[in-house]
Amino acid sequence: MPTTATYPEPVLRSIEVTTSQAGADEFAARTQDIKISTDRVSILYGEKVAVRDVSLTIQERSIMALIGPSGSGKSTFLRCFNRMNDLIPGASVKGEVCLDGENVMETDVSVVELRRRVGMVFQRPNPFPMSIFENVAYGPRRRGQNDRRKLDELVETSLRRAALWHEVKDDLRRKSGLALSGGQQQRLCIARVLATDPEVILMDEPASALDPVSTLRIEELLRELREAYTIVIVTHNMQQAARVSDVTAFFTMAEDRAGYLVEVGPTGRIFTRPNERLTEDYISGRFG
Amino acid sequence: MTATSGSIGRPMGPKPSLRRKSSRGSILADRAATVVLWGTGALVLLILGSIILHFALAAWGVVSPSFILSDPSETTLGGILPVLWNSIYMLVLTMLIAVPVGVLGGIYMSEYAGENVVTSAIRFAEEAISSVPSIVVGLFGLILFVDDAHWGFTALAGALALTFFNLPLMTRLSEQALRAVPQDERSASLALGATKWQTIRHVVVPLAIPGLITGVILTAGRVFGEAAVLLFTAGIGTPPHYNFTNFDLLSPVSPWSPFRPATTLSVYIYKLNSEGLGAFKNQIVDGSAAVLISTVLLFNLGARGIGHILTRRLTAS
Repeated sequence: MPTTATYPEPVLRSIEVTTSQAGADEFAARTQDIKISTDRVSILYGEKVAVRDVSLTIQERSIMALIGPSGSGKSTFLRCFNRMNDLIPGASVKGEVCLDGENVMETDVSVVELRRRVGMVFQRPNPFPMSIFENVAYGPRRRGQNDRRKLDELVETSLRRAALWHEVKDDLRRKSGLALSGGQQQRLCIARVLATDPEVILMDEPASALDPVSTLRIEELLRELREAYTIVIVTHNMQQAARVSDVTAFFTMAEDRAGYLVEVGPTGRIFTRPNERLTEDYISGRFG
Repeated sequence: MTATSGSIGRPMGPKPSLRRKSSRGSILADRAATVVLWGTGALVLLILGSIILHFALAAWGVVSPSFILSDPSETTLGGILPVLWNSIYMLVLTMLIAVPVGVLGGIYMSEYAGENVVTSAIRFAEEAISSVPSIVVGLFGLILFVDDAHWGFTALAGALALTFFNLPLMTRLSEQALRAVPQDERSASLALGATKWQTIRHVVVPLAIPGLITGVILTAGRVFGEAAVLLFTAGIGTPPHYNFTNFDLLSPVSPWSPFRPATTLSVYIYKLNSEGLGAFKNQIVDGSAAVLISTVLLFNLGARGIGHILTRRLTAS
């Protein structure tokens, strides 16, 4: 058997690239302002460089997908937008990360305020072991919102936006967030973030622990949410990146295992006519 | 990679039997482990059961409402009301001091302290104090509170000495309970824009409640059972008749006051057993022991119950 026959069929054929010319026009109409920009961001764990010199811009009300092999620093990079890297002992970030033109790395920036504007959904659904209601009300309550009517309203709106309301409205206060299925839990986590009224939502492989049906529901949800939010999603699933994102950034590892940005561009172009050989190899399944 | 499917997996050949002889040794080891572990568990239950059974039988006919509700007597069976009261009083007083300090210490160690010289010193001190014999802690309390501070034998001196003795354990168990809360929960809360203290208060502590309750129960058991620390601090004399309507918290005779001697049930059992002369000495000791064990068991159950309610309250308020 010839060696090449053991490769999977090029993924390209099975990817339905939604960003046609019409899609690109729609994207251009939806968004023009820059929401986030990074300038030569490097992230180190101790002496080890995890991410090197990443500069890119993310437009308001768009979805950017970060793709690339494991260890290419996508998730680490994602966590510098809401400074979750602060929690990792020994991690340090160099360069500038600007939200609406303001450098979030400055020492006088309040991480609490930053994280209210830049929400995050994690890889493993992690609802608190509290009722569904309390999960969604958690953020607003911590900001001092205790008005019962306002909370009721906020919880309902957030759950509706996360497409979970109809499944849970009957036992909001009785049922624990942990009693939901994996896909529902992840939508609950999204609702929990929406309730804090963020501008940006970071998602770290939000569907990787979910079954295909739940994954599709999350993707549908993402497409709705991009009308109002700026979303950055890390994903291992290239079809997912192709299906939901407007712009795709491809990361890989250098010789010294530091992650770096290979190229970034409209998703349609990245998946059909990438500029870089590395990108083409990755998306066609020859690497990673 | 150039591997073809033929080179992956086991080579072709006779299929291994499901009844391979070589696995017999490991099956035997597996069964032996099951038997030994099951047997160990049974032994623990047996020991606990026989202690309870022994005192239940010994106390049969001794323990009655009047035994629990009467004052001690030299000539009749009498009762143990004042010493039982003192045990409970000392427990509450000690816990009022040790639980807040222990839990706050645990929060510091688990959530704030880094790994450095100070924390290793604290850990060393925790272990050192825990392994000091309780009689030495009692002597320390005697010197510090009873003599130097001129308090005399008082409930407060006893409670403080017990706190010394139990705080390291309480702090260590609290720290472990808090550390056992998954990091994911903290990240989720912080990512929602909660402050560190809000995260501790609303997520970490509520989730650690079952572990914290275990700490409280273990500490309480030691307070109930402790005699040596109290001999020299809270006193050993047979208590007088208590007037429970005297609520003067500074009085040297009010049962509610921390400034009075407070012989506890454990100390009373020790005293009767070593120097008691009364005709009913043995019955009183057996009865007291049965009451002590029952109180500890009741306290444990109660603490678990309160823990459940607290968890529910704190995680869904």
